[in-house]
Amino acid sequence: MLGTALATMRVSPVPPLRWLGTAYVETVRNTPLTVVFFFVVFVLPQVDVVFSYFTFAVVALSIYHAALVCEAVRSGVNGVDAGQAEAARALGLTFSQCLRLIVLPQAVRNVIQPLGSVISALIRNSSIAAAFGVQELTGVVQRLTTANPDSVIAVLLGGVVGYLILTLALAGLLTLTERRLAGAR
Amino acid sequence: MPLVALEGVGKSFGDNRVLTDIDLTVESGEVVVVIGPSGSGKSTLCRCVNRLETIDTGRILFEDKPLPAEGRELARMRSRVGMVFQSFNLFAHRTVLDNLTIGPMKVLGQKRPQAEARARELLDRVGIADKADRLPRQLSGGQQQRAAIARALAMDPVLMLFDEPTSALDPEMISEVLDVMRSLASTGMTMIVVTHEMGFARSAADRVAFMADGRILEISPPDTFFDAPESERARDFLARILRH
Repeated sequence: MLGTALATMRVSPVPPLRWLGTAYVETVRNTPLTVVFFFVVFVLPQVDVVFSYFTFAVVALSIYHAALVCEAVRSGVNGVDAGQAEAARALGLTFSQCLRLIVLPQAVRNVIQPLGSVISALIRNSSIAAAFGVQELTGVVQRLTTANPDSVIAVLLGGVVGYLILTLALAGLLTLTERRLAGAR
Repeated sequence: MPLVALEGVGKSFGDNRVLTDIDLTVESGEVVVVIGPSGSGKSTLCRCVNRLETIDTGRILFEDKPLPAEGRELARMRSRVGMVFQSFNLFAHRTVLDNLTIGPMKVLGQKRPQAEARARELLDRVGIADKADRLPRQLSGGQQQRAAIARALAMDPVLMLFDEPTSALDPEMISEVLDVMRSLASTGMTMIVVTHEMGFARSAADRVAFMADGRILEISPPDTFFDAPESERARDFLARILRH
């Protein structure tokens, strides 16, 4: 959601909005995720924003991946022929109607695979939350390896398989969606 | 009061000057055909009228008021000006019927039954009533362009802009589009038509504007223009295209 909003800003006719969107994306995308995590976990409490570590992890992951989603959506939007938006504007549709009714529905097709990569990265990047004691796959694997030092390799492999199950299921889902959309075309 | 007036309009793309000191008025009910060699700025001129291109100098009046800046008011102005593009630009993900109803429903606030009835009437008028439920890419170029004209007409515009409407069409489809345009002109629609079709200019235009190098060199009734062009450039141009 945040990513689409950002993408809207980056293609909007209002220059300050465009600059803001670009500034956000370039700042966040070029910051290591770990730094974003540290920022959220240690800086937000300073301004009296206090949540559980789990919520913090969700916030950090959202901030970071919104920038990536934005870029995926924006490239999808740019992939739609400019004539489509021109025709929409010539009819008298407003900028937001033009985006909502004409451009985004056509951009969706171009966006599915790049968006998939972003979500897959999101799943894998969630492992960083382990460092902050959030209950997730890598954290569980860590605890299991500490508890069973003899079977480190087996547990690690189990962890890898766990991630693979999630990401491969996602990839399958995406291919299915893409095919469904291609059929509807 | 002219419907559209361009006064001293100038525009550049970077260092490239595309329009210089353009003065042009179009009266209600008039058909003005703009012709000239490629790169003479005629397409840009057409696109400036509904502000798909902005201008650098001069001003453009629509119904005596300067074109509004980007926003709701400009959208409202555009809703009264139909535009037909060289590349049709039908909404690719919507059926022909939806292409015709989206403007009336979303911009004019019409209800679906009313918008659809009017859309079917217009499709019938341009001769593709049977294509209502097809997607644009299932139509031939000529059919798509006729659908695009119908889409513009669905807004009940007071002015129609045609930006080289037949330049992307195979020869055998050009006449079906020109026929629709000619019958539209005969109903009294105000039209600005950028085209290379000299036959259309001669038979349908009230006035022909000849452009070269970003300037309007001549504006005259078609008979005067084609039989006795004033400028050297126009004589050259006509000699070259009418030779074969």
